[in-house]
Amino acid sequence: MLLDPKAGVLVQGITGREASRMVEDSLAYGSNIVAGVTPGKGGQRVHGIPVYDTVAAAVEEHRATISTVSVPPSAVLDAALESFDAGMLLCLIMTERVPQLDTSKLLVAARRAGCTVIGPNSLGLIRPEIAKLGTIGGRVDNVRRSFMPGRVAVLSRSGGMTSEIASYLTSRGVGQSIAIGVGGDAIIGSNFTELIELLEDDPATDAVVIYGEPGGAAEEQLAARLKQQPSRLRIVAFLSGKFVDDLEGVRFGHAGVIVEGGRGSVRGKVKALREAGVFIAETFEEILEGLSLAH
Amino acid sequence: MRLLEHQSKNLLSNFGLVFTEPTPVESMGEVRAAVERVGLPAALKAQTPFGGRGNIGAVRFAETVDQAVTAAEVLLGMDVRGTTVEVISIEPKLNYEREFYVGITWDTVAKLPVALLSLAGGVDVESARSDQVARQPFDPWMGLAPYKGREMAAEVGLTGKILVGVGDTLAKLSQTFLTCDGITMEINPLVVTKDETLIGLDARVEIEDEAVYRQRERLEPLGELTMTAAGRPPTPLELEAQGIDATDHRGVAGRVVEFDGDLALLIGGGGASLTVFDAIKAHGGNPANYCEVGGNPTEEKVAAITSLLLSKPGVKGMAVIMNVVNNTRADVIARGVVMGVEDAGKKPAETISLFRVPGNWEAEAREIMEAAGVEVYGREVSLDAAARLAVERNRAHVA
Repeated sequence: MLLDPKAGVLVQGITGREASRMVEDSLAYGSNIVAGVTPGKGGQRVHGIPVYDTVAAAVEEHRATISTVSVPPSAVLDAALESFDAGMLLCLIMTERVPQLDTSKLLVAARRAGCTVIGPNSLGLIRPEIAKLGTIGGRVDNVRRSFMPGRVAVLSRSGGMTSEIASYLTSRGVGQSIAIGVGGDAIIGSNFTELIELLEDDPATDAVVIYGEPGGAAEEQLAARLKQQPSRLRIVAFLSGKFVDDLEGVRFGHAGVIVEGGRGSVRGKVKALREAGVFIAETFEEILEGLSLAH
Repeated sequence: MRLLEHQSKNLLSNFGLVFTEPTPVESMGEVRAAVERVGLPAALKAQTPFGGRGNIGAVRFAETVDQAVTAAEVLLGMDVRGTTVEVISIEPKLNYEREFYVGITWDTVAKLPVALLSLAGGVDVESARSDQVARQPFDPWMGLAPYKGREMAAEVGLTGKILVGVGDTLAKLSQTFLTCDGITMEINPLVVTKDETLIGLDARVEIEDEAVYRQRERLEPLGELTMTAAGRPPTPLELEAQGIDATDHRGVAGRVVEFDGDLALLIGGGGASLTVFDAIKAHGGNPANYCEVGGNPTEEKVAAITSLLLSKPGVKGMAVIMNVVNNTRADVIARGVVMGVEDAGKKPAETISLFRVPGNWEAEAREIMEAAGVEVYGREVSLDAAARLAVERNRAHVA
């Protein structure tokens, strides 16, 4: 299962404003952050966590197999390669506006190194009351109100909507096994299909809610896989951005949200998912309806 | 960022790809001299960032100088999807035997760049039969090797000198794509002339917006570039919103797209904006704008955008709806909204149909909005329910 609570976490870019706040919130939630890295700032401390100049130096002193990357976009490729070289098994890339070429390059390297990548442009992931990685949920009081343990996984192309959907489920007494902001970019490390294949082997998960948007082919890819090989998991999808279907070539919301040449429309995604047996929720209330059909 | 045809050709030429030479012309006064230099017969092509020019009469041919002048008169100033044609390119019109499509783009499922070759060049690429198309993803660290390009050519049945030339073109285009941070690079059609040489008649290049910062040296020599990916040009209100967002790098309060309705929307973040906009329409509302707020913008930015959106003629009121916020502070949004409404010379209680921003600092936000007489909702009211309430209440407001 993704995100072992005992695994040590390394924070790359720890001295930045967002990363520093993330460290504070994550420590309060009980995350196992062991070290941070910012080149040139070795020797400092951020909320008590020691900072190193290189990942190599950090792993010499601390056991870590998970890293988070929140460095400027132009430095993401280098930071990710550095973490793969140091043997990280899970790498969360939070940075927004990473050039697609850099993402593609780092994912080729991650595959060779055997590292699972979440993001770029992801707020992170959480296994409620077990472990949390990234800024997902924000302050600890808000995390506790939004997420509670249970058997439904939430996978979302939008960070904000990850919390929104989880919070809605929590308010209706439906807990989550894991919630993942998969990232808003056109190319991301782990998409719906890959994550659902992981969750199929997770005895703690019975159902999955996915949040999809216009653009890309992640939803179509999932539909094709489910048509070929149905899943043991009940899958409910909520898709936003129907109005974008009529506005070809205009980018909305996340970098990946654009409809071009008739490709990537919500209409097409809904049709493909329905044909593959996925329950389409038009409203949040219907998400519950879709989940309850599982029992 | 989309380049115009002549800019695309100039960029790709720097990497050893061969095209008919474009002669850009911006005014009628230059047409005769340009045609005499290019020679006859000539092709005159409107320079627009959109494809499918052939179908809308934006490409014309001339056998004589007078025909060229007539064609230029039609093309210069022509309206293509809401944008005015300001430049045309005059080029020699070639005779050719065969035409192909070659292109590089991203395969977001494979997460790799992919090379495409189709025997059906010209305007018919989308409808090509599958045995006429070859597709090859490649390593972004390496590019497409020339032998892989030749394998693609062989796959669609090409032989001899053409097979070698097409393979070479695909390899060069793949390197250019990686060097220049391409989103799409197409040569269409790539034609075979009588003496079996390959030459591109048209090119289309899109460079990734997020990578423009490291492409300036290559892009600047190409002349004036438009930053919009596509669609219509931005409206004055959209430009003003961009200006407000740019005043401070902290957070987003902008990315406005204008629509025709009477209900202004201050919504966020990225995904929730899409959700709320859909829901407003589903409940019969007429949004005056799409926008995105997120990443903890400053109070001043929120105030400025609020006041701008309320200034649009015909707007009766505004709804403030965001997802459960993770790092944005709800109280900052609340203070900004109240300030912005007052700056617009209106009263919050009569203008803001509801405020729904749960999450970080929501108790403080509630106090601020309730003191201003605005109805506040928390996470117990879904985005959809909030949208429905906003539509109902806005009906009661007056512009």
